[in-house]
Amino acid sequence: MTGDHQTLALLLFSTFVAVTLGITTWVGRHRHGSAEEFYAGGRLFSPMENGFAISGDYMSAASFLGISGLIALYGYDGMLYSVGFLVAWLVVLFLVAELVRNCGRFTLADVVAARMRERPVRIAAGISSVTVSVLYLVAQMVGAGSLVALLLGGTSEAARTWTVIGVGALMVIYVSLGGMRATTWIQIVKAVLLLGGTVALTALVLVRFHGDVDRLLRTAAERSGHGEAFLAPGLAYGGDWVSRFDFISLGLALVLGTAGLPHILSRFYTVPTARAARRSVVWSIGLIGGFYLMTIVLGFGAAALVGPDTVRASNAAGNTAVPLLALDLGGGAQSTGGTVLFAVVAAVAFATILAVVAGITLASSASVAHDLYASLRRRHSKPRSEVAVARVASVGIGAVAIGLGLLARDLNVAFLVGLAFAVAASANLPVLLYSLFWRGFTTRGAVWAVYGGLVPSVVLVLLSPVVSGSPQSLFPGLDLQYFPLQNPGLVSIPLGFLAGWLGTVTSPEPPDEAKHAETEVRSLTGAGAV
Amino acid sequence: MQSSNDRSRRAGGGPDGGTDHGAVPGRAYVETAPGPRYDGPRYDDPWYDALASGWGESDGPGATVPAPSPVRRETAGEPSRAAADVYLEVQRSAAFQEVRRRYRRFVVPAVAAFLLWYVAYVVAATTAPALMARPVAGAVNVAMVAGLGQFLTTFLLTWAYARHARLRRDRAALELRWDTQELTRGVRGGAS
Repeated sequence: MTGDHQTLALLLFSTFVAVTLGITTWVGRHRHGSAEEFYAGGRLFSPMENGFAISGDYMSAASFLGISGLIALYGYDGMLYSVGFLVAWLVVLFLVAELVRNCGRFTLADVVAARMRERPVRIAAGISSVTVSVLYLVAQMVGAGSLVALLLGGTSEAARTWTVIGVGALMVIYVSLGGMRATTWIQIVKAVLLLGGTVALTALVLVRFHGDVDRLLRTAAERSGHGEAFLAPGLAYGGDWVSRFDFISLGLALVLGTAGLPHILSRFYTVPTARAARRSVVWSIGLIGGFYLMTIVLGFGAAALVGPDTVRASNAAGNTAVPLLALDLGGGAQSTGGTVLFAVVAAVAFATILAVVAGITLASSASVAHDLYASLRRRHSKPRSEVAVARVASVGIGAVAIGLGLLARDLNVAFLVGLAFAVAASANLPVLLYSLFWRGFTTRGAVWAVYGGLVPSVVLVLLSPVVSGSPQSLFPGLDLQYFPLQNPGLVSIPLGFLAGWLGTVTSPEPPDEAKHAETEVRSLTGAGAV
Repeated sequence: MQSSNDRSRRAGGGPDGGTDHGAVPGRAYVETAPGPRYDGPRYDDPWYDALASGWGESDGPGATVPAPSPVRRETAGEPSRAAADVYLEVQRSAAFQEVRRRYRRFVVPAVAAFLLWYVAYVVAATTAPALMARPVAGAVNVAMVAGLGQFLTTFLLTWAYARHARLRRDRAALELRWDTQELTRGVRGGAS
């Protein structure tokens, strides 16, 4: 990459950072410091604003760079990701969004704890929410590191380290000073930037092929060297049965995990009513669906115009396909157009990472302060303000994410996101669905459902080829690999549901009829909702 | 507990219309709201919900709480009842069971259908690549049609759900919300 690219991209990115910091201080100017304000932004965002913010939270760099890269390298198999990411929203819309908005206040644990003995349930749900958030954060940190390595041309270790630390510091500033209101506006700005960039690139690709999608696909297939097979599944996941089961596992985790992601659930509390929550999900399904349709065009466009070999030469995982495509669409490496487009894409990807990271940090600091701290602090200790604890927690979570992000910097970004989804689907979704829909669900069932999904999913990852036993592992020297699949979802999601059922059946206490009635009435009507 | 018809806000609109608006008491609430404001009458405007929910009940402890109507008080029975009984009573009421039935009758088949369709798609993509590679038209093959079909069904189901909820559930749920909140307020002696 030439110096022009870098200067321009850094300039654009600095502008984004300056604007977002401006938003943060402007919002922080009249903050009240109440929990309502810090966790839920005052609950007065409109569905359209929240819809943009949700899609901003959801469309991570893993989708923008990762999915198009996978399509550019493996053709159709990359598309399977985008389908899973989108269909997952039907679970959110039908089963979760409105009911959670009606029952809860700030976190996932609120919904469950309303029916159960509060302390054990809050601790369990808090631990699993923090685990999911930290995994997801690490993925974004790793993405930031590799993006800057690409941007600055070399794979300078120091540059990557400082990027990860810088992103961590920025997110802590956004969250601890601005709370949910600043985070939401940052998501909205980022979603508009990302969608704008994607629309422009897609239009340029289609113009290049005179709107002939058929020719685009044919050119991509020819250029890939695989011919027709490029447009059919099997290139990436069609090997042995292990990799096929791995993909089914990933597909299951993607579709069920979204509804258990703490930073997505907390977005529903920023609107006034369940109806507004529904409408914001409808907005976000439209935006996210359009975005993923465009990433498909970009992926095949990169395969057709740049070629998989060039993409692979630049980054083996394909993460650079879209920036390279932008360079080509603008007129090539030496042209002004190419330089500008490349810089814009790089800056947008960076903004994406920063915004997603802020959203997750906020959700996990809410879990720490609202669920864990509130349940674990000693009775006689001086009660501190929950918001103050949340601000401190965001600093702590930032530090943990920076540390893990540096440790895991060589892992694939899209894959790490898949892991976070698997843990969310195993630990958070069963307990959420059971407490919303099952009359006989008890406290023991809730606690077992959380740990019964969380522990297997984490243990299976530790025993998988991700951590040890293969050259690409985190610790290639060790061999602890007893579980063949990279993604634990296929096993751990059913285990989470099973554990919840088992805990309930063996529970000595009868289910609380009145509390169930309260949850059911509140969730469907909105009575008593905050 | 049946839904009431003693309220002035039940002004117009058919049984299915979304024109359930005109909550004057909420006006002041919206004026003080720091969020963006909309001009003109927007009947499907989410802010209308904000009015409805913000009025009296969820405004926080400082809000003025309108006294429950005498009719409500009578149906509420003796005032010393616990709030838990209110929820049990509402849960058993025909109106609530109707709302729940409508919700479930849409959601259960829809969830089953799209999960089945998605799992079939993933399994077919991983186990039957030959079938998926069969050409349909030009460069487009079965796999491409199925993938775009997933997008299409997602958009269609989203639209259908939003429409179903708006026409079949929202009004009844809002009515129940009012009734329930008035009942619990009656139980707690006006301080909710």
